[in-house]
Amino acid sequence: MNGTIISLISLGALGFVFSVGLAVAAKKLAVEGDPRVDQINEALPGANCGACGFAGCRNFAESVAGGQAQPNGCPVGGAAVAKKIAEILGVETGEVPSRKVAQVLCKGGHAEATQRAEYNGPKDCRIANVTQGGDKGCTYGCLGFGTCVAACPFGAMEMNENGLPVVFEDKCTGCNKCVEACPRDIIILAGEEYGVHIRCRSLAKGKEVRSVCQVGCIACRRCEKECPTGAITVENNLAEINYDKCIVCRKCVKVCPTNTIEEQEGKPIIKPKVAIKA
Amino acid sequence: MKLKTFRGGVHPLYAKELTSHKSIREMKAPSILVVPLQQHIGAPTKAVVKPGDEVLMGQVIGETDQPVSAKVHSPVSGKVIAIEPRPHISGRSVLSVVIENDEQDRWVKLDTHFDPIQLSREEILAKIFEAGIVGMGGAAFPTSVKLKPPGQAKIDFLIINGSECEPYLTADHRMMIESPDDVILGAKLLAKAVGASKIIIGVEDNKLDAIKVLEEKKGSDAISIVALDTKYPQGGEKQLIKALTGREVPSHGLPFQVGVIVHNIGTAIATVEATRDGRPLIGRVVTVTGSGVSEPDNLYVRIGTPIKDVIEACGGFNGEPGKVIIGGPMMGLAQFDLDAPIMKATGGVLVFTQDETVQYDPMPCIKCSRCVDVCPAYLLPLRLEKYGMYDLWDEAADYGAMDCIECGCCTYICPSKRHLLHWIRLAKNEIVSAQRRQNS
Repeated sequence: MNGTIISLISLGALGFVFSVGLAVAAKKLAVEGDPRVDQINEALPGANCGACGFAGCRNFAESVAGGQAQPNGCPVGGAAVAKKIAEILGVETGEVPSRKVAQVLCKGGHAEATQRAEYNGPKDCRIANVTQGGDKGCTYGCLGFGTCVAACPFGAMEMNENGLPVVFEDKCTGCNKCVEACPRDIIILAGEEYGVHIRCRSLAKGKEVRSVCQVGCIACRRCEKECPTGAITVENNLAEINYDKCIVCRKCVKVCPTNTIEEQEGKPIIKPKVAIKA
Repeated sequence: MKLKTFRGGVHPLYAKELTSHKSIREMKAPSILVVPLQQHIGAPTKAVVKPGDEVLMGQVIGETDQPVSAKVHSPVSGKVIAIEPRPHISGRSVLSVVIENDEQDRWVKLDTHFDPIQLSREEILAKIFEAGIVGMGGAAFPTSVKLKPPGQAKIDFLIINGSECEPYLTADHRMMIESPDDVILGAKLLAKAVGASKIIIGVEDNKLDAIKVLEEKKGSDAISIVALDTKYPQGGEKQLIKALTGREVPSHGLPFQVGVIVHNIGTAIATVEATRDGRPLIGRVVTVTGSGVSEPDNLYVRIGTPIKDVIEACGGFNGEPGKVIIGGPMMGLAQFDLDAPIMKATGGVLVFTQDETVQYDPMPCIKCSRCVDVCPAYLLPLRLEKYGMYDLWDEAADYGAMDCIECGCCTYICPSKRHLLHWIRLAKNEIVSAQRRQNS
């Protein structure tokens, strides 16, 4: 009985002394932080994706408050976040670039492209790519093991039944993670307003492309001739779009014989970013 | 007496008895040969012939001015019919010279030399470069570059690698038995070219007949023939140096830093052919084996012969093939296109039947540490595998991923059938590309 009381009192007294000490230390030794950093951090999406080029959201917030970064530096947050940060700092937003989303430039899934071998290594595109170039007939196309999907921190990608990744553009933040993960450089970031994409990266000649894939670019140059703004050029057996000149008129989609060029619903005709020579 | 060896390693099924007793047979050159312009580590060569040109046997068709590269020669006389990307054993298309054989084997003028050992060091090096010789054990590093170590490195040991530790392969074994004089002379020439005073020929003790023949022919005390324990990867460069000299090549280092240069049996014989006969490297001995081949054999094959012709020369497939591998079963490359040609460093064509190529799904790691026990590079494969799986490249580099020699012992021994080497190789690739990004 006696022992219990003594220990209760002594422990209680110790606890009291330490709590007073901590309370005093918290007031006396407090570091004056920039309150704006916390406010900016609150306004940021908080995914720590690193797309801004800084080590996470907090680091970006500190850099903006310190003047090393611009309020419009978060590509994930876009205009809304830039506006909030500008308000906190009391400065101009600056020009907010349009939101970028990932585009998968390959249409050759299981149904369209041939298999040349049976691959039974780990299900990872990067490994398949260094193991004899993988099992797909096309050495430029999507390997289909979903390394990009695994890399996406926002759940904006999914493998479809045809063995190709699908991007949910409403969830995509343009953080570049999938672009870095893809060993074949199939994924690119394009402004979300662009609704026409050439979904092929094969540099092989037309005949070789035809032998391994039904929907690959055969470099027939019909799109290049059809394009009113000169946005499409064919080089190294592959058509490529210069998005700065594209007006999303969809004329190339209609002439493409292999359906390589794809249009997306709900993206209207726009003005080109750069002046087009007549 | 305890045989010399290294720490770790595995004892796979060797199956060398399929071909070890069969003498080397020259295969008739096929009608169409595909000679890749890159068959070595380093810069590709540039074609110096055009489609339609007549070429002679031994004529240079791929020329180079790069520091690390090796010339390519025509393996037959005939006509160039195309220069275009063709299938390559690496799985990608490589620019190749396609030659139509006129079956006359007309040689270019050869610069023969009765007693090549009288040649000076520079002359030997020049002849090796002219002949386009590369390391014929598999890595295909240009020999003339390897014989000129950078800086003032003093080389005192030349090791000739006759261990042939890859299961199934017997090409080096047969070469040692059938041309021991050339092996000894080649070793002396290579030692002279690099300035080494001592020569060691290391042979695994499953080739006692070869040891006996070489012992009879060596004729000099500067050469010693050493029997090694039969264990994979005994022929790994660093493992062989450790076993024979006790020296350890430092991490991220190369053998010349410890005063040793290692060359393969095939390279020694090619050196003799280049200096004595003036013949460039246009053919090599290939073991065609495995239960998927009707008549396994050791063949002398011209460089550029498509794999399917080589298998045809051995009686074709025995039943339905399951897997065709270029090289040995441990480190070889599985093929999907049998139009790919034999190259300078191709030591074997191995065909497995379907029953032999059963695949297992990997199971969870039980931390039995067998991979650690067998790793000849003193690494922790299970740890490196996890780092590879979770993209932790810096950690993988800290744990010595770059010292991995990709021998595959860890994957071979794993009771859970995990793909350890695949992930380690991925980590190595990512580390190298990260370094490249940093440097650029």
